[in-house]
Amino acid sequence: MIPEIGVFSLVVALLIALVQGSLPLAGAHLGITSWIRVARPAALGLFAFAMLAFGCLAWSFLDNDFSVLYVASNSHAELPAAYRFAAVWGGHEGSMLLWLCLLSAWTVAVALFSRQLPEAYVARVLAVMGWLSVGFLLFLLFLSNPFTRLMPPALQGRDLNPLLQDPGMVVHPPVLYMGYVGFSVAFAFAIAALLSGELNAAWARWSRPWTVAAWMFLTLGILMGSAWAYYVLGWGGWWFWYPVENASFMPWLVGTALIHSLAVTEQRGAFRSWTVLLAICTFSLSLLGTFLVRSGVLTSVHAFATDPRRGIFILAFLAIVIGGSLVLFAWRAPRVGLGGTFGVVSRESMLLTNNVLLIVAAGSVLLGTLYPLFLDALDLGKISVGPPYFDSVFVPLMTPALFLMGIGPLARWKVADLTELMRRLKWAFGVSLLTALILPLIVGSWKPLVSFGLALALWILTSTGVNLWQRLAGQASPLRRRLANQPRGYYGMLIAHCGIAVFIIGVTLVKGYETERDVRMAIGDSVTVGGYEFRFNGAENVTGPNYRAARGNVAVSRNRSVVRTLHPEKRVYNAQQMAMTEAAISTGLFGDLYVSLGEPVADGAWSVRIYHKPFVVWIWGGCLIMALGGFVALTDRRYRRAAERSADKVVMAGKAAV
Amino acid sequence: MKPRQRRLALIGTGLLAFGLAALLVLNALRSNLVFFFSPSQVRANEAPHSGAFRIGGLIEAGSVTRASDGLTVHFVVTDLAKSVSVNYRGLLPDLFREGKGVVVAGQLRADGTFEATQVLAKHDENYMPPEAADALEKARQAHTAPTLEAGQ
Repeated sequence: MIPEIGVFSLVVALLIALVQGSLPLAGAHLGITSWIRVARPAALGLFAFAMLAFGCLAWSFLDNDFSVLYVASNSHAELPAAYRFAAVWGGHEGSMLLWLCLLSAWTVAVALFSRQLPEAYVARVLAVMGWLSVGFLLFLLFLSNPFTRLMPPALQGRDLNPLLQDPGMVVHPPVLYMGYVGFSVAFAFAIAALLSGELNAAWARWSRPWTVAAWMFLTLGILMGSAWAYYVLGWGGWWFWYPVENASFMPWLVGTALIHSLAVTEQRGAFRSWTVLLAICTFSLSLLGTFLVRSGVLTSVHAFATDPRRGIFILAFLAIVIGGSLVLFAWRAPRVGLGGTFGVVSRESMLLTNNVLLIVAAGSVLLGTLYPLFLDALDLGKISVGPPYFDSVFVPLMTPALFLMGIGPLARWKVADLTELMRRLKWAFGVSLLTALILPLIVGSWKPLVSFGLALALWILTSTGVNLWQRLAGQASPLRRRLANQPRGYYGMLIAHCGIAVFIIGVTLVKGYETERDVRMAIGDSVTVGGYEFRFNGAENVTGPNYRAARGNVAVSRNRSVVRTLHPEKRVYNAQQMAMTEAAISTGLFGDLYVSLGEPVADGAWSVRIYHKPFVVWIWGGCLIMALGGFVALTDRRYRRAAERSADKVVMAGKAAV
Repeated sequence: MKPRQRRLALIGTGLLAFGLAALLVLNALRSNLVFFFSPSQVRANEAPHSGAFRIGGLIEAGSVTRASDGLTVHFVVTDLAKSVSVNYRGLLPDLFREGKGVVVAGQLRADGTFEATQVLAKHDENYMPPEAADALEKARQAHTAPTLEAGQ
């Protein structure tokens, strides 16, 4: 009964989405107020029924209803309840449902928090999001229905993939999807602007907080995925340039460009067409990412069922969304206009350079990700693109972008003076360069790439410091007052830039000084890695709730005193008899110790993998700081004040209309 | 400079920078492509004798042996028509099992064995890497062709 209610609510949701997509759009075009007013209630209704469908699926999982095919293939009665809930998005169908739910949640958020915007404009935005919902609902109902019954019902489920049985799995997909789906708001704002032909600074101001929010979620989602690969999958690294990772990284790169371009459009009115194009690209890449990962095209842990009809639907949907919006852009962009002019050396030109570099970087990732797929589709052979490609493309592209991060925020809008900038930044430049040259000598061995990375990171940190100091200097009021007077958006930028610096420090030091050893260890053997001595004390058998495991005992000592005992495990899960390595990782601010068991060799000896990863947590710490920067920027009073101001205008306009 | 000349200069520099970036990217892509070959193709001398590539297929049952150092593994990858023997030093992924699908990256040695630098096995028990499945399918088609090769 419950699954049928789920299907029914999806059908109702589809009908509501059709209304939400058509009536308000026509109303906005023809100026019919009653049709425009349909948008908000429709958004709420769509959200309610999408959540009801989600609730039905979650209920089926918690109730162990193995007569539902999707539940039977992704759950097991022995599975702990929290994981049975997380299993809702553990497969293809459920993750599409999650996408729909989050899309409807963002739609409701737009409906609720945009009361100050012109009614017709909001109606267009909600209608565009309504059409996106229609696409996903059609896909769910006709090609990937999570409520399909299994006749006869299974007695027991096939179990959730053990790799997904982890707290990280409970949060990683929803947060990542929040990011992907969040860019649909920026997309809908852009399409609505193209439709109405009104694209001005106010449009950019309305669009900015939504874009920053989506970017923040995407940053957190990528961070969790990376940490998950490191801690749970036990791959021993933090980024592999796998297609699934690239799929989430491309929208991030273009989204970052979008945030900066929106800033220019809001402050200076420039880059208008470019900003709209970026908004379209960001969401298109989010869609592409979702489908690339979930359609089974890619070889990975994320790929689920493969069904050719799904592939065709997905291609058609992508073609309509991307192609349609680009055609609209080509048609309407001339009306939008280019906006203000600026000099060759100015904050605008530097932000433009940053944008171009980010786009080229995203393009090169896209090339490396899709090229093997194209060759395969055309039957020209199977190839893969190795990580060295991405490394060799990324370092030269990002170096100028990171260097500009130090200068750009200090440069004036319109026309900046290069000599003045050099004068203001000479100390920051000198100090960061000198420190970067000397620091590796003190830590250990000097390596050119380590110094290079540190120089970039320190340059960002010192120039950010100079920025804050010079902004506060020369004012009479007390320091606390001056600090409080700066807008939150400004602090958000500083924090996010510092996050990048912390991230670079982590990457540089891990790449420069990490040690990886695979060794055979008999009981009592010891090996020294990264200044630590690892002693293997054997392995014992243990039994978990739904697995059996061999549990190793490795004592880690430094200067002859034991600092930690690590317990790596080799598990075999009962349901699928699937083996899994559970690495033991001791995390510290200045480095991680990582031990995982390979296989038993003979007489209690095991093959063991031992890593020392200095400063690896700084990578994720940097991402966290970036996301924090986004959060701080979101709390900027400007967005609310602008909201209040335009609210008056709308009230007046509304009265005039009545 | 007149505004028009300045605009032209700006566009020119932009195009030049873009061309340079494209050149860099394409060059990097070309030199980092890793091709895939099936064991039949390797035996037919189609694979490069220097440089890295990937092979895939099934791990032949009973072929996995371990050297006394506990780390070096020897196994045979087959597409059920031809097979290639592989040496690998290091820890194997969890789903590495005899009779299951595998993809191996590395290069060919002079004696015809494959020196692996990386062993990839999928995360799902029932799943076959597409490359491995493809190799098996090609070999099956070649095998069921009218002229059956004897002894293979």
